Amino acid sequence: MGNFPTAVKHCLSYEQLIKDYPWLRRWLQEEKTKYPEFVKIVEVGPRDGLQNEKEVVPTKVKIQLIDMLSGTGLSVIEATSFVSSKWVPQMSDHSDVLRGIQRAPHVQYPVLTPNMQGFQDAVAAGATEVAVFGSASETFSRKNINCSIDDSMLKFEEVIKAAKEQQIPVRGYVSCALGCPYEGRIEPAKVAEVASKLYGIGCYEISLADTIGVGTPGSMLQMLQRVTQEVPISALAVHCHDTYGQALANILTALQVGVSVVDSAVAGLGGCPYAEGSSGNVSTEDVVYMLHGMGIETGVNLDKVMEAGDFICSALNRKTNSKVSLARNRKL
Amino acid sequence: SWMSEVACPQGFCMLTALLSSKTKYPEFVKIVEVGPRDGLQNEKEVVPTKVKIQLIDMLSGTGLSVIEATSFVSSKWVPQMSDHSDVLRGIQRAPHVQYPVLTPNMQGFQDAVAAGATEVAVFGSASETFSRKNINCSIDDSMLKFEEVIKAAKEQQIPVRGYVSCALGCPYEGRIEPAKVAEVASKLYGIGCYEISLADTIGVGTPGSMLQMLQRVTQEVPISALAVHCHDTYGQALANILTALQVGVSVVDSAVAGLGGCPYAEGSSGNVSTEDVVYMLHGMGIETGVNLDKVMEAGDFICSALNRKTNSKVSLARNRKL
Repeated sequence: MGNFPTAVKHCLSYEQLIKDYPWLRRWLQEEKTKYPEFVKIVEVGPRDGLQNEKEVVPTKVKIQLIDMLSGTGLSVIEATSFVSSKWVPQMSDHSDVLRGIQRAPHVQYPVLTPNMQGFQDAVAAGATEVAVFGSASETFSRKNINCSIDDSMLKFEEVIKAAKEQQIPVRGYVSCALGCPYEGRIEPAKVAEVASKLYGIGCYEISLADTIGVGTPGSMLQMLQRVTQEVPISALAVHCHDTYGQALANILTALQVGVSVVDSAVAGLGGCPYAEGSSGNVSTEDVVYMLHGMGIETGVNLDKVMEAGDFICSALNRKTNSKVSLARNRKL
Repeated sequence: SWMSEVACPQGFCMLTALLSSKTKYPEFVKIVEVGPRDGLQNEKEVVPTKVKIQLIDMLSGTGLSVIEATSFVSSKWVPQMSDHSDVLRGIQRAPHVQYPVLTPNMQGFQDAVAAGATEVAVFGSASETFSRKNINCSIDDSMLKFEEVIKAAKEQQIPVRGYVSCALGCPYEGRIEPAKVAEVASKLYGIGCYEISLADTIGVGTPGSMLQMLQRVTQEVPISALAVHCHDTYGQALANILTALQVGVSVVDSAVAGLGGCPYAEGSSGNVSTEDVVYMLHGMGIETGVNLDKVMEAGDFICSALNRKTNSKVSLARNRKL
């Protein structure tokens, strides 16, 4: 075996180990590529998707979209946002949408509630799950919701306290998790701080959002490694935007770390307000295609999602952002 | 057994190295730029020779070390490539850049050499039906033609790259057995190709099928001789490339601006875009030697000439940033 230091130096060479033990490479691949057996898809098309579409969509179209999605096997469909209609006109019919949809059994319909007013309106309209939207970037927080991260947490604490009293679960978002349009690079430690704060005040799940889609498997891994030091992985979700085409690769990376909740939007609805003409949300169809191809269960029927996608794209008079949908529909 | 080896200090070191290797990626990835060939070949608009030459010349200044320049295939089959000799003679060859050209048979090879080719490529298939429909002969017969080409190429010290199309699925046969891909890849390697590019011709592959296929192929072809050629028709390309990198592949084919549609899914995209691949690799700390901005410039140029939008999301995001 030789003396210990030489043996150590010899062994610590990965390349040497692969040469000495050829079976090791295959074993390592199998270890590296452990994936969850089931991934929960959180469908954000009707909210995050439509919110970022230029065309204002009639209430009945929104309701029909959600009803179609309710029949696809999706278990979570973010229905609308109880935000002030002067800020987000697309979501001004929030109460009508929430009241108008046909709730499917075993499907949750969370709604965004940025503050107590929104929360109260949501409850009045029948909300049974809500979501709050924090940011890992101070500048983005101030520009997007007009207050500092710390102040936003106080508002969320209010909402969560009221929600707890009514047994309404609250989901938390951390935007700019992989980069900010104003601040640029965001420190993983900051994302961890905000995520753990949201988890600590009572959010059952924290969705880490790559708001401008600049993340790559490199930054995604780094960020998740830091966040998982403070928030249990079972409570984490990823919300990847496909603005730079990186979403599926980033999602794959997250799955390898052990994340098993993925946000996506039917037809890849929603552009990016920070890069005009660019895409935003990753499309549910493309995510489901990938997961099913990997043998990962989702409970979702891809064909039915494509039907819902066809419907909303037709109503919006736009092409789908889903490559799977495009390929399947146009097959010669 | 390996258990007794683990018990000793050597084994302990093995476990340490094992744990630290969990996210090992190659330090450097060679990009093989196929825009001027695979890209343009699948574009509807026939592009003038001088535009092709200018595209290649622009790409030559980006840091790319391999640019597939054209295809010496019969012009009645692929009119877009009918100016192959003029293109190859017209480009300004940058030092340290290779300009491989496709040569499906001896005739093509001879024309390529006459036009100054210093590297060639042959195109096999893992699907019998695709082979017959695409190049009009069985896989076995195509191998005979390639052997001819490779023999002649060896005599002139011209390296030959091999492609295996339909590596993750065929538009006619559907699912393709990894064993079949391994068989064709190892045959091409055995007859003398220095590198084998495994092509997901219709983009149906996922990280699942990519991993399965590579695990089988690497039993017969050394990983350092493998490349992946992913099409983005189903949006899976980057995820598939990531998977390949994790297995140890370090050569990736891509096309500037994601040029080239898919002849089997009208309106869909084809090649993955070089810009999006480079963005991902650089974001992961993987070196490529490629200057992303310069590739985007070349992409802007060719899209403008083709009067079409880029297929690269990175390019779209960067150009349209508010």
